[in-house]
Amino acid sequence: MRLSSTDRNLLAATSGGLPLDPDPYGDVARRVGCDRQTVLARFEALLRSGAIRRIGLIPNHYALGVVANGMSVWDIADEAIDRIGAMVGELPFVSHCYRRPRHMPLWPYNLFAMAHGCTRAEVLAKVEEISRLIGPASRGHEVLFSKRILKKSGLQMPGGRTAV
Amino acid sequence: MPTLDPIDRAIINGLQGGFPISERPFAEAGEALGLTESALIERLRKLEQAGAMSRFGPLWNSEGLGGAVCLAAMAVPAERFESIAAIVNAHPQVAHNYEREHHLNMWFVISTLEPEGIVSTAAAIEAETGLEVWLMPKEEEYFVEFRVAV
Repeated sequence: MRLSSTDRNLLAATSGGLPLDPDPYGDVARRVGCDRQTVLARFEALLRSGAIRRIGLIPNHYALGVVANGMSVWDIADEAIDRIGAMVGELPFVSHCYRRPRHMPLWPYNLFAMAHGCTRAEVLAKVEEISRLIGPASRGHEVLFSKRILKKSGLQMPGGRTAV
Repeated sequence: MPTLDPIDRAIINGLQGGFPISERPFAEAGEALGLTESALIERLRKLEQAGAMSRFGPLWNSEGLGGAVCLAAMAVPAERFESIAAIVNAHPQVAHNYEREHHLNMWFVISTLEPEGIVSTAAAIEAETGLEVWLMPKEEEYFVEFRVAV
């Protein structure tokens, strides 16, 4: 799907958020030079197609006390990876779970599962739970804790134009 | 950490998705929470000021727009860490960037509307820093849904 110029303008106008005013879609319409009905229709369509994942409050989980963030990475046999990945992804506390390529010999890990908590101990307990679930199918794993957010923005238009 | 009362918590837990697409969406969303339109807007402004939310609005998915997303990692020498972070962050295609405890200590997400933008952004960062960018594209997505409960 190639982005129409209207959708491109909507993205540029809202990737930094919607105005916190009674008629936010009308405000956006005025900003991009179309009418509210068009904005509403495009948002409905973009949400349906998955181009917009969801609309609402994007929490700052660090400010809310969820400060421990562990990226657990696992070396799983290729023939077992999809079965194991689906199982790990179903754990209620795993927020992201992906298969990614190894970079041998330095990086043997092909399964990534993100776990969060208020403390490192909480995250490590969750990783332990993942480890029990995977069992001997894991040939090794590590947990990479985040130390600091260096940048966090939404999708930006090239040129860095983001709207409030 | 901002102090949150039960109404703030209800807003944070209940409004991480499903915000109406309508003429008066805050009035509709407020109704479900037992708040007037103006009370909800006021609460959201305060949550934003307090830093409890990073923004309010659509979560765009560049892949759903025909673009691409890729995780990338770098091993950055400690003494160059801050200057390299500035170089990486200066790229608008870099959406998130985290310092992590590992030999690969900088992990960022490249998000572009043109699929070829992943490789070109990584190449630009390599040229500007002299460091290798390890691309870790997702080959399969087993689960993604990050919501916070407070």
